[in-house]
Amino acid sequence: MSERPKAVALISGGLDSMLAAQVVKDQGVHVEGINFFTGFCVEGHTHAIRQKDKDKAKRNNALWAAEQVGIKLHIEDISQEYVRVVTNPKHGYGQNLNPCLDCKGFMVGKAREWMEARGFDFVITGEVIGQRPKSQRRETFPVVAEESGAGDRLLRPLCAKRLEPTLPERMGWVDRGQLLDFSGRSRKPQMALAEHYGFEDYSQPAGGCCFLTDETFSRKLADLWETRGTREYDLDDIMLLKLGRHLRPAPNFKLIVAREEGENHFMNGYRKRFHSVRDLDNPGPLALVQGEPGEQDLETAAAITARYGKGKTAERVRAEITPPGGEPYVTEVAPMPPAQIPEEWHV
Amino acid sequence: MSETGSEPQILDARGLLCPMPVIRTGAQVDQMAHGETLEVRASDPGVLYDIPAWCRVHGHTVIESREEGDDLVVLLRIGGDDTGDD
Ligand code: SF4
Repeated sequence: MSERPKAVALISGGLDSMLAAQVVKDQGVHVEGINFFTGFCVEGHTHAIRQKDKDKAKRNNALWAAEQVGIKLHIEDISQEYVRVVTNPKHGYGQNLNPCLDCKGFMVGKAREWMEARGFDFVITGEVIGQRPKSQRRETFPVVAEESGAGDRLLRPLCAKRLEPTLPERMGWVDRGQLLDFSGRSRKPQMALAEHYGFEDYSQPAGGCCFLTDETFSRKLADLWETRGTREYDLDDIMLLKLGRHLRPAPNFKLIVAREEGENHFMNGYRKRFHSVRDLDNPGPLALVQGEPGEQDLETAAAITARYGKGKTAERVRAEITPPGGEPYVTEVAPMPPAQIPEEWHV
Repeated sequence: MSETGSEPQILDARGLLCPMPVIRTGAQVDQMAHGETLEVRASDPGVLYDIPAWCRVHGHTVIESREEGDDLVVLLRIGGDDTGDD
């Protein structure tokens, strides 16, 4: 090869992928980053919507990481294709609805396609052997390499010394001697390397890189699939699972009650698609009603919604109910006392 | 060829939440030439941070960002600060 070798690095926004890209870039390789939008990413959306999270909205961690390393970052929307990864993972789920092993194979596969289309030579990930109990194990590494089609062109710089030499090492595109031998769950080696590079204020998501590792979120997604009788979803479904309080008083309908002004404002945009309910007499939340509610169900929804507003102790309030895209009508309800809202209604 | 001074292309990213406006910006910029300008209109306040960050890593220039009613507008030029002769 006469030119500088070129590598595409998967950048999640977390520390490991950032370090992996830096280690390879340090060897004179031309590195560009790639980041995938699956719809389940932790940042962005909800922070942009919720008032109290406004400050957190300030930074996209993947872009921040790329800037620290000094590489370009290509953000790719894979949300459509990702549906089949989430709904039908060959290797099953982790602790919640996170299909990590399938997800990694899929993302590395997407990076491999990107690499081939642009004449790049190899793919880099920040994986470390033993870092995650289910998806980052010695036995799973070959699975990701094989299912992604990247094979020998997949380099894991943070633990490469513990693995068989890959093509970039054998070809001398990178010096194996300068790669690393991290393993296990400890974060200390990564933190020390971050300090060496002067990376501060990096993001350290606790569970993983997406909402699918979150127990509450997964429960809501499972409820959505179960009551719909299919595992399909669209981006709006995912958005709404990230917002509000979810209560299911009966299998045929669910309420999403806004928790604050930002959510109220955002959920307003969905009133064409779902029934919506609000207390006309007092300040309070907007609630969307999903499913196929009957007239009585909508009254129940209005009574629950009023319970979360300023009129919660009033004897009766006027509630406005608006069918999807239709004309609103007004009905009177008694706000439901908290004791009458069974725990199992909370999804 | 320098296009500075000509009308910017417009990208309407209103109603989209981050990172979608950045993804759309990237796709549009891919079709544009060095020195051309692009005006991105969006509603997610995240664009005021994300688009400048994206421009920095790709070597594009943010000429200005402003609020216009409910819209957030970011004007950028493809390529660096020069007028784009390459
Ligand atoms: S945490 Fe989410 S994004 Fe990360 S590997 Fe698992 S499923 Fe994929």
